[in-house]
Amino acid sequence: MSGVAADGLQVSGGAQERGTVKADKVRLSRQDYLQRGAVLLAVFFLLVALVLPLGTMLIKSLQNTEGEFVGLANFIGYIRNPALFQSVLNSLQIALISTCVVLSLAFLFAYGLTRTCMPGKKTLRALTLLPLFAPSLLPAISLIYLLGNQGIFKEILMGASVYGPIGIVAGMCFWVFPHVLMIMITALSNSDARLYEAAQVMKASPVRTFFTVTLPSAKYGLISAGFVAFTLVITDFGVPKVIGGDFKVLATDIYKQVVGQQNFQMGAVVSVILLLPAVFSFAADRLVQKKQVAMLSARAVPYVPKPNPVKDNIFLGICLLVVSAILLVIGMAAYASFVSFWPYNMELSLQHYDFESVGSSWGYYFNSLEMAAWVAVIGTCIVFLNAYLVEKGRAFEPVRNLLHLMAMIPMAVPGMVLGLAYIFFFNQPDNPLNFIYATMAILVLNSVVHFYTVCHLTSVTALKQIDGEFESVSASLKIPFYVTFWRVTLPVSLPAVLEISVYLFVNAMTTVSAVVFIYSSDTMLASISVLNMDEAGNTASAAGMGIMILLTCLAVKGLHWLLSQQVLELTQGWRNR
Amino acid sequence: MMAQPQQPITSACTPSAKRSHAPYLQVNKLWKHYGNFAALKEVSLEIEEGEFVCFLGPSGCGKTTLLRAIAGLDPQSRGEIVQGGQTISRLPPEQRDFGIVFQSYALFPNLTVTQNIAYGLRSLKKSRQEVAQKVNELLETIGLPDMAHKYPAQLSGGQQQRIALARALATEPSLLLLDEPLSALDARVRLHLRQEIRSLQRKLGITTIMVTHDQDEALAMADRIVVMNHGIIEQVGTPEQVYRRPVNAFVANFVGTMNLLPVKAANQQQVRVQSRLINSRSYKSKQMDAAWLAFRPEVAEIKPVGLHLDGNRYEGFSGTVLHTEFMGNFLRIEVSLPEFQQSVQVDVSSQHTDLTLCAPGYQVCVSVPVDELQVFERYNNSAATGAILSGKNEEVAA
Repeated sequence: MSGVAADGLQVSGGAQERGTVKADKVRLSRQDYLQRGAVLLAVFFLLVALVLPLGTMLIKSLQNTEGEFVGLANFIGYIRNPALFQSVLNSLQIALISTCVVLSLAFLFAYGLTRTCMPGKKTLRALTLLPLFAPSLLPAISLIYLLGNQGIFKEILMGASVYGPIGIVAGMCFWVFPHVLMIMITALSNSDARLYEAAQVMKASPVRTFFTVTLPSAKYGLISAGFVAFTLVITDFGVPKVIGGDFKVLATDIYKQVVGQQNFQMGAVVSVILLLPAVFSFAADRLVQKKQVAMLSARAVPYVPKPNPVKDNIFLGICLLVVSAILLVIGMAAYASFVSFWPYNMELSLQHYDFESVGSSWGYYFNSLEMAAWVAVIGTCIVFLNAYLVEKGRAFEPVRNLLHLMAMIPMAVPGMVLGLAYIFFFNQPDNPLNFIYATMAILVLNSVVHFYTVCHLTSVTALKQIDGEFESVSASLKIPFYVTFWRVTLPVSLPAVLEISVYLFVNAMTTVSAVVFIYSSDTMLASISVLNMDEAGNTASAAGMGIMILLTCLAVKGLHWLLSQQVLELTQGWRNR
Repeated sequence: MMAQPQQPITSACTPSAKRSHAPYLQVNKLWKHYGNFAALKEVSLEIEEGEFVCFLGPSGCGKTTLLRAIAGLDPQSRGEIVQGGQTISRLPPEQRDFGIVFQSYALFPNLTVTQNIAYGLRSLKKSRQEVAQKVNELLETIGLPDMAHKYPAQLSGGQQQRIALARALATEPSLLLLDEPLSALDARVRLHLRQEIRSLQRKLGITTIMVTHDQDEALAMADRIVVMNHGIIEQVGTPEQVYRRPVNAFVANFVGTMNLLPVKAANQQQVRVQSRLINSRSYKSKQMDAAWLAFRPEVAEIKPVGLHLDGNRYEGFSGTVLHTEFMGNFLRIEVSLPEFQQSVQVDVSSQHTDLTLCAPGYQVCVSVPVDELQVFERYNNSAATGAILSGKNEEVAA
């Protein structure tokens, strides 16, 4: 090609070389300045709320208690301390076991949902989402009632104690299951019926078909789900805190170092160590997902399962077993919260919901509601606007890419690490933002950033589905971009916007890990009060508060469902022909 | 490459300048780089007011890049664009004067047809009645008066594209840009809309640039065609010029079907194959050696072998019929020519030919008028550029 061009264009050969050096500058309009200002503001926001706190924490991990730089001394001290280093091994062990268990269960469940004709798929699917709506503390509490020292089923452990690895793994599996299941369902739905037909025509046995067609096409989904499960387990704090007993893991170590011993330096060190597997699995997951895109051809024919009574019933049995376990755990927590005095007085009463009597308060619940509402409103605005700038902005590409990159970071940062980073950064007396420390604002800011990435990706996906030329058309019609954003882009993306806000609300309601370091006595939250009540021995009240959180999230989710059914039908009439 | 001489622009921006002979749109030495890749290489072009110009070329040739540079959506790296006497190359798109229609229609899905068409009228600060009147007028013009309150998803592709056209025309821009507007439509709708766009453009007299990769579309619609390849302009001319007198093998091959036979240049009127000299249209021989001898399938005729031909007016090539393809109104016959170790295609009318000659295996003579035998420069790596015909100014005979 270049040969041809050179032949025809002797003159331009030299000009081309010069051309790459310098480009004409196009004059910027008022709109350009406005847009670029907004992009810079967004970058600034993530810089202050994410990058600087993390940076401060990294620096803290390299300092001694007097604030002097000591290099890697803290890390060496940590590794040399067998008691502390043991928790690294413990964490890895728990994460590996839980990942394997939850992957197999979720794969079977997803296979049942996507590849068989078993009845009641929708109901089964909906019930598996339940764990998403409660803090991870709740299943742990419930497991204590089920399998603990005074548990009703403790015999099935045959003398082993639930306080430790067994309890942690069980709790983790329950809590992580819905996250993994969602990825699995997507992975198994991306199947091409023609491949199965080809396998059948070539007389491959069902087993061979499974290993040559089903598994390879779900491979990337499986890997991705594995990484998600591993990260969630290794960074979760609620389950090991409640049911871990003496079994130490990284997440509880941070808590003990910081809250128990006020050893912030060591807390920072553990945080950095905790950051490693999360960052690693995040990077690996990104890599895998890039590959998966290429696997999907637009011309694939979706697989439609054929009825097979034996297979259908087997999978129905498996799925019912899983769902029963989920319902049992939730139901146990609910039941326990009503029992007057477990296990001596099994009479039902509402006494454990009188939180004031155990030194807690209904006020904490309303604090949580307030915070979740703020997170939903502010978070949705910020995330969606930023995603819009990244996806639909004009020129200014390097900065927009930077914004996108920054938006991906929170996914790799465990909540506890972010919470600790916030202490370090906002608690500095010379930080001009110091005034938000110990207020509702810092909790909201922290939660928005903590759950930023998923919302960002949801928004970007929704925005990508909108015709890329809308902005060009508006420019040709002399309509400013913000008018088109308001009149077209936002209304068209309304379903995604609602979804984000519900996601943010539910997560803000249930989160413990990030906010546990930065709440104050005035901004005590329901999820943290679950932790504190459990710590103080008021397990029934803790379960009660957990159930309140669960109910609230379910109500919000239900409201969202109603909205999508009713209101969207009115405003989104254009979607149907 | 035709780097047209720049005309100095006198008294820019005044209406009288528009009416004078300065072209309406001038593109001067435009470059566009994506990293190290040059999508446009010093492209220059002039478009008269009221003209319908098609940018034609294979995908990746830079035609859309040029259109988007004119619109300001993807500004050029270097170069200048002058529209109506005003240099616009450094203005953002919202400060330029154009309407644009995309292949994807890009209609706002949540707004009705009326709201879509009226979208740009907001910026003109018109009263409610004026807007309504304008919208009705446009709906009338595009022939969809009853669609006012429907949503885009309720319309067919052809209807949506007409609404997109109406929206682009609503603000009365003086330049209309069409980016492959018909490519997403069914073949029949496409043919129909072709005529409609063309007659609407004539009626409004609006300067229009359309990007297309479909040569039939370009030939049928354009006043002038700009053939592009690898970021340069290969030829600019009327559809007839581009089709009948392509300036090089690339244009010849891209627009319509062209038989290309490898030969050696001899003198300005003849080419050589082995020891035979073949008469052709006159060409500039320069220092060239390798050349293509080219003719269109429809200018050749199939004759029995041994028939005497007037050597000054016709050249005959003997060969064997390989196979024939029935194309409806004509037959496409593939004849292998041992002289060139290559086959050529000949189109003959299915009614007026002795079809017995065309059976596979028959020895025939392919006769071509000397006046239709064109010569193009041939490069080692085949896809030829560079014009060597006695210049594009040697117009079609008529």
